[in-house]
Amino acid sequence: MADNNGQVRRMVLVGRDFSYWRRKISSGFFTALFSSSIIVVLLPLVLIVGYLFYKGAASVNMNFFLHRPAPVGEAGGGMANAIIGSVYVVGIAALIGIPIGLFGGIFLGEFPHTKFSNVVRFVADVLNGTPSIVMGVFAYTVVVLPMKSFSVLAGGFALGVMMMPTVLRTTDEILQTVPTSIREASLALGVPYWRTVLSVVLRSAKSGIITGILLAGARVLGETAPLLFTSFNNAFFSYSLTQPISTLPVQIFNYAISPYRDWHRQAWAGALVLVLAILIVNLGMRAFSRQKYEHSA
Amino acid sequence: MAVEEEIVGALAEPLKVERKSLFRADAAFKVVLGFFAFLVIVLLVWLGIELYLSSREAFANAGFWNFVKGTTWNPVSEVFGALPFIYGTLVTSFLALLIATPLGVGTAIFLAELSPKWMRKLLQPLVELLAGIPSVIYGLWGIFVLSPLMANYVEPFLQNNFGYLPFFKGYALGIGFLTASLILAIMIVPFIISVSTEVLRTVPVPLKEGMYALGATRWETLKKIALPFAKSGIFGSIILALARALGETMAVTMVIGNTPKITESLFQPGYTMAAVIANEFTEATYTSYLSALIAIAFILLLITLIVNAVARWLIWRTTMAR
Repeated sequence: MADNNGQVRRMVLVGRDFSYWRRKISSGFFTALFSSSIIVVLLPLVLIVGYLFYKGAASVNMNFFLHRPAPVGEAGGGMANAIIGSVYVVGIAALIGIPIGLFGGIFLGEFPHTKFSNVVRFVADVLNGTPSIVMGVFAYTVVVLPMKSFSVLAGGFALGVMMMPTVLRTTDEILQTVPTSIREASLALGVPYWRTVLSVVLRSAKSGIITGILLAGARVLGETAPLLFTSFNNAFFSYSLTQPISTLPVQIFNYAISPYRDWHRQAWAGALVLVLAILIVNLGMRAFSRQKYEHSA
Repeated sequence: MAVEEEIVGALAEPLKVERKSLFRADAAFKVVLGFFAFLVIVLLVWLGIELYLSSREAFANAGFWNFVKGTTWNPVSEVFGALPFIYGTLVTSFLALLIATPLGVGTAIFLAELSPKWMRKLLQPLVELLAGIPSVIYGLWGIFVLSPLMANYVEPFLQNNFGYLPFFKGYALGIGFLTASLILAIMIVPFIISVSTEVLRTVPVPLKEGMYALGATRWETLKKIALPFAKSGIFGSIILALARALGETMAVTMVIGNTPKITESLFQPGYTMAAVIANEFTEATYTSYLSALIAIAFILLLITLIVNAVARWLIWRTTMAR
């Protein structure tokens, strides 16, 4: 009996002896190949963030946050007006993009499987992939041409149009994860459907929706192309809705392609501040939503 | 009998009224929400119409096909041909895909199939961070770090070893198609990774377990089960990345050199559709110039619409099939 078993085992081993190792080695080879590709992918990230700190950190000081740009050749100066401008333009964008995205997203999340919902979802995804520069041209023809002036409003419109599909799709996806039993419980208590959605479903999805909105905001905060010819640029502090305004990304661009060393230095500083702002929103939201999630789970 | 009916009727009467108005409120609620969702469709249609109307002048002046085929772009003599920009956009985008696809798919396989859970949790946010860095910062880094690297090391190396190929002829400037493609590749890789990872994770686990139970190695399971299952979704993610590359503006504008020329050498400066809009829009001093730029935006919109629609269709087909 034992003899027999040993014989069988030997036969199996002989049968696959040559191919077994070849298969093992080829599996190991491909595993190593795929594992190493993540290193190549993340290398630029390390290089970019590293350079931002190396070139930018020294120039991020109080001047940077408190002053407007100094003329060429003059020391000092900062990007205070650009920082305010960025917040301003993104704020207008939020006013345009969030309501439509949010309410449309609630519709998709609550009636997910209708044909209409699928069409809207498809269109939103396609809009999401539309180049930002095209949105800038759109805002130019719709807002700048009739008003005959570059303005905060035009920039806000361009970014708002870009925020809308993002907010819509995240709201949609998050509402779909809210269990049906919660809706049923509320309906069984006699609460009308609209009330159920507004006070029960939305409340349980709140943190996810806020996360989605802030991420959409962080994404458009870094947009440059649609602002070049909508909110344009401004060397001074400006608070008027109908006047051009300076924004951080546009300012970085203008400084980066300028021939002055001092402006290059400022561009790196601005880039560092911009990336840190986006990073903080991203990481903060991640921690926030995870904490919420673990709490409810 | 009659009393019972009366009682039931009396109970039902107010109930009926209330239910009716309730339904009405719910119906109104649904209509209002649906209206907001509908606005998204309106937006896309409006975008298309607006750009078409504004670019009509350019198409009328040259004729649509002549505008697309024209190789001369000279605003001073009012000659507008978009081919150099279309060429630059296509070359840089496809080259970027060529670089980004193997890296992106490889990383996605690693994240979805090979890495332990803690590692995936650590690495995935980093990949998303790569996608979150603004375009203008890639451009800044491209001008001051990547471009000198290309001019001093990479391009001379390519020229010394593969200089007989037409792609690697001419001066190594560090500014041109190759540098732009490389920056684009870095920027679109996260899109391939995140969508492909998601698609790979929809592969049913029992299928893979069955394969392992038959004694298959990791690579065999991947090759025979996971990859065929996720194939069209991965393909979709690549096309999605292509759409991003086609429309990417700032980083490309900053490193491509902005010269409307069609050359086969990748070391030479070129131009893309998005870049010419970004650079010349505020300089367009007369209406036919402006109209020509908007026409380029319109063509870009059409191309990305089609590419995006194909990509979404492919991705949906995979993730819905589960």
